[in-house]
Amino acid sequence: MQPVIIRADQVEKYYPQPNENRIQVISPTDLSISAGEIVALLGPSGSGKSTLLRMLTGLSAPSAGVVYWHEKPIATADVNVSIVFQSFALFPWLTVLENVEAPLKARGMEAAERRKRSLKILDTVGLDGFQAAYPKELSGGMRQRVGFARALVVEPEVLFMDEPFSALDVLTAENLRSELLELWQKKTIPTKAIFIVTHNIEEAVLLADRIIVLGRNPGHIRTDFKVTLSHPRDRKTTAFTQLVDYIYKVLTQPESKPPALPRPLGGKPARNQRQMHYQMLPHARPGGIAGLLELVLDHDGKDDIYRLADDLAFEIDDLLPIVDAAQLLGFLTVTEGDAAITPTGAEYANSEILRQKELFRAAALENVLLIRQIVRAIEAKSDRSVPEDFFQDLLDEQFSEEETILQLETAINWGRYAELFDFDVSRRRFILPEKLNETESDSSAEIGA
Amino acid sequence: MINLPDSFSANRSRHIFARSQALRRSWPFVLDLGVAGLGLACFYGLMQIAKYWFGHPEPEIAISLSPHALPLYAFYSVVRIGLAYLLSLVFAVGYGYVAAYSNRLESFMIAGLDILQSIPVLSFLPGVMLAMVALFPTRQLGLEMGAIVLIFTGQVWNMAFSFYSSIKSIPRELSEASKIYRFSRWQRFIQLELPYSAIGLVWNSIVSVAGGWFFLMACEMFVLGKHDFRLPGLGSYLQTAAGDGNYKAIAWGLFTMIAIIVATDQLIWRPVIAWSDKFKFEMVETTARVRSPLLHLLEHSRALGNLRKRTIMPLSEGIYRRLAQSRKERLARLASTDSKRTSTRDQLAAWLRALALAVMVAAVVYAAWQAVELLRQVQAGQFGEILKGALATFLRVNLALVLAAAWTIPAGVAIGFNPKLARIAQPLVQIVASIPAPALFPVILLALIKMGGGLGIGSVALMMLGTQWYILFNVIAGAMAIPSDLREVATLFRFTAVQRWRTVILPGIFPYLITGMVTASGGAWNASIIAEYFSLNNHTYQTVGLGAVISAATDSGRFHILLLATIVMALMVVTINRLVWRPLYRVAETRYKLEG
Repeated sequence: MQPVIIRADQVEKYYPQPNENRIQVISPTDLSISAGEIVALLGPSGSGKSTLLRMLTGLSAPSAGVVYWHEKPIATADVNVSIVFQSFALFPWLTVLENVEAPLKARGMEAAERRKRSLKILDTVGLDGFQAAYPKELSGGMRQRVGFARALVVEPEVLFMDEPFSALDVLTAENLRSELLELWQKKTIPTKAIFIVTHNIEEAVLLADRIIVLGRNPGHIRTDFKVTLSHPRDRKTTAFTQLVDYIYKVLTQPESKPPALPRPLGGKPARNQRQMHYQMLPHARPGGIAGLLELVLDHDGKDDIYRLADDLAFEIDDLLPIVDAAQLLGFLTVTEGDAAITPTGAEYANSEILRQKELFRAAALENVLLIRQIVRAIEAKSDRSVPEDFFQDLLDEQFSEEETILQLETAINWGRYAELFDFDVSRRRFILPEKLNETESDSSAEIGA
Repeated sequence: MINLPDSFSANRSRHIFARSQALRRSWPFVLDLGVAGLGLACFYGLMQIAKYWFGHPEPEIAISLSPHALPLYAFYSVVRIGLAYLLSLVFAVGYGYVAAYSNRLESFMIAGLDILQSIPVLSFLPGVMLAMVALFPTRQLGLEMGAIVLIFTGQVWNMAFSFYSSIKSIPRELSEASKIYRFSRWQRFIQLELPYSAIGLVWNSIVSVAGGWFFLMACEMFVLGKHDFRLPGLGSYLQTAAGDGNYKAIAWGLFTMIAIIVATDQLIWRPVIAWSDKFKFEMVETTARVRSPLLHLLEHSRALGNLRKRTIMPLSEGIYRRLAQSRKERLARLASTDSKRTSTRDQLAAWLRALALAVMVAAVVYAAWQAVELLRQVQAGQFGEILKGALATFLRVNLALVLAAAWTIPAGVAIGFNPKLARIAQPLVQIVASIPAPALFPVILLALIKMGGGLGIGSVALMMLGTQWYILFNVIAGAMAIPSDLREVATLFRFTAVQRWRTVILPGIFPYLITGMVTASGGAWNASIIAEYFSLNNHTYQTVGLGAVISAATDSGRFHILLLATIVMALMVVTINRLVWRPLYRVAETRYKLEG
């Protein structure tokens, strides 16, 4: 058993609210990083991947629990880690060499030694001859190489990477990935462990010795398993695709939410509004939902989500919200990573725009608490308008500030599409949609993404 | 000098952002009250020192109107502005830094900034001047200091604001990188915060220095009670020339000033702008860049390079080594000592802090109370006078704004839409805009009087002179920012002129127009102090207005009126900002924002 370098003990992250509630971002979590392993952290957006990474590096302090660095609390330990950022986070006013030298400067290293080490690492990552260039003169891939050089020059014990390849094109990413793997396997770099946050399942399976999958609301570890495939890994092998399929299944089946069953149309059960929690609205556009449904219909009404993503050349992160939304609205059911269209879904996909809106309206009112509440609130008011703040306060108790805004945005988007309500941006109020008869084009109707 | 950068829109958007950040902040009423109290206290403190010095008569300095005296005068004025600017820069960076990083002080400091921005600087004049004269043993030095501090108060706020909002908008991953790679505060400041805010600081510096010239005119020569304070300088030269009606001297003075402004532009701002280009936070190389031969020379000078290698570099190496060392020691100490031992010291520090705070609050309350006492001397009649003046100035400011907007919007749009016109018009407009309004004022006033007009029209003209450029430059930037495909749509569908203005142009320039109008409105209020009360040809022209009240109170040393009138003016500016401009900003930000 390799020694443990970083160990998180019941760490959690929450934001306290004035009204005794709190927004839980990550529930109490145990996690450790040992020497000799590449750990990949996967999860849908909003599952707190980046938050977890920042707590493990000591960048942000956990709300509760402790992170240990070689069994000493990380706050007082002399931590030796680096981060490679998604946006590269290079200083545009410093040359490549100055960017790489900066961390060494911070450690008080002599100028000559600093230069020697920086040039050597630049050579290692294939940037020989670029030391005098400014980052903006380089391509994306080259910039991330500078990011790697800067991260590696301090010889970190653990190298953290926050979606390092997601801002790059496919080929460049592939290239950089394999070079990194080579450095790691040949022990060219003294780094003892690598921790990579990604939303790309294949990337995780290609690189990692261990994969951790996070779930959301709040973030928690769904599964944590070792990958025993030997390097170099081939995407075409059955073992590889089986593993990818397995992770897709885990990701598409949040246990906490059983798939929605098609409900009988008459005799709806009464709801107790007070006790209901707001569902997390997936940030998908109605047009996207329609597009997905049409595609599923083309595939005989049933298809593997992984294959759908492949067909669309979508990242799973982009596809999942749309699938979730369709599921929430009762247009789609998902079992075992397979999406099946429901009768309403099929009708929706086959209808023309006005009928589609009708179906969407019914489905949204039936299934989405927030939209139902907005409509009721508008109807209840004599002036037929409700301030946004009102719902913001309600949602605040359950979501973070940022998420609240996104939730309202999505609700507005759906409500406008369904012509259930409109939103007056300048007054920040929900209002009834104008019933205009073709005098002006209705600009608020959302027609596809 | 007010300059129109080549990539005006990019910088402008950051400026808009800076402004809106403060406006969006909603601080409680208590905070405003605290700031107002502090302001009153400061005013009273200044007044007290001023009163102490008031009895001492001093001989007058004669200002020579000979052109031969001009170079020396110009030199004095430039040094004054330069020192005031350096002071502003240091203060702005310090203030912005503390405001950005101190959770406790942030909202208070930003509220203070917003209010200080709207207080007319010139009503500080008597207090600051007399305080400085009292503080420094020789009278001349005190006057100099007073002038510098006054110019400083006119320059500093927008720079502090710019620095603050730059720090606040540093991308999260960049500050995380500086943290994970253990940057010390110093290194973070040098390699991240200062470069990131450089461009905003440069553009605000240019605007600030232009404003400095405006105040210089008023600060170098003024009457206070029985006393005539004069400093040798370009401003006092022009004022004296105007007072004597000496046209030749006015022409010489104006010529010198324009020469200085053009020289500043070529020798200082152009190189600085070209240099600051490398701090652009963007990852694409832009094609159009400002070039400066002087910068090229400085950057490639071997002597300078060697000097740097010998002095700055070893020094900075030393600093970095020292900082790294002290970080190691701190970590070692943190790991070894248990937390209990430090707690008593922390407690003591907390007590001391509380005590200091209590003393400060007591002092502020006392001084504010005394200032209120001072206000009680104001009689009902005088109060009515001030209100009447406020109304008159309010109407005048708005008239000036409307008139300025009426010609700048079409002109700005024409320049912004037409690159050929822009190439010719831009440098011209820049020079004209850079001439401080008070310098041109005597000429215009003389002409008006000859035509039978009075200061009533003249003051509106001066307000326009001082503030229309803000609107013009913003409109140009706004027009340039309208995407050409929108304009092409208008052409394609054969929009009528009215339709084109209503659906494309006006909405497109709206956010920029608002930014320009806010700045212009504040500037016009400030300018009223000079505009409504002017000495020319051995005669003091005066019209009904709040500015005239303030100027007259300064001249006669009636501090209670001065204080009340200043408060009224600050209140009006703040109220107008909150009630008119802030909602308009919100509309501009939500409805009329052009997003890619």
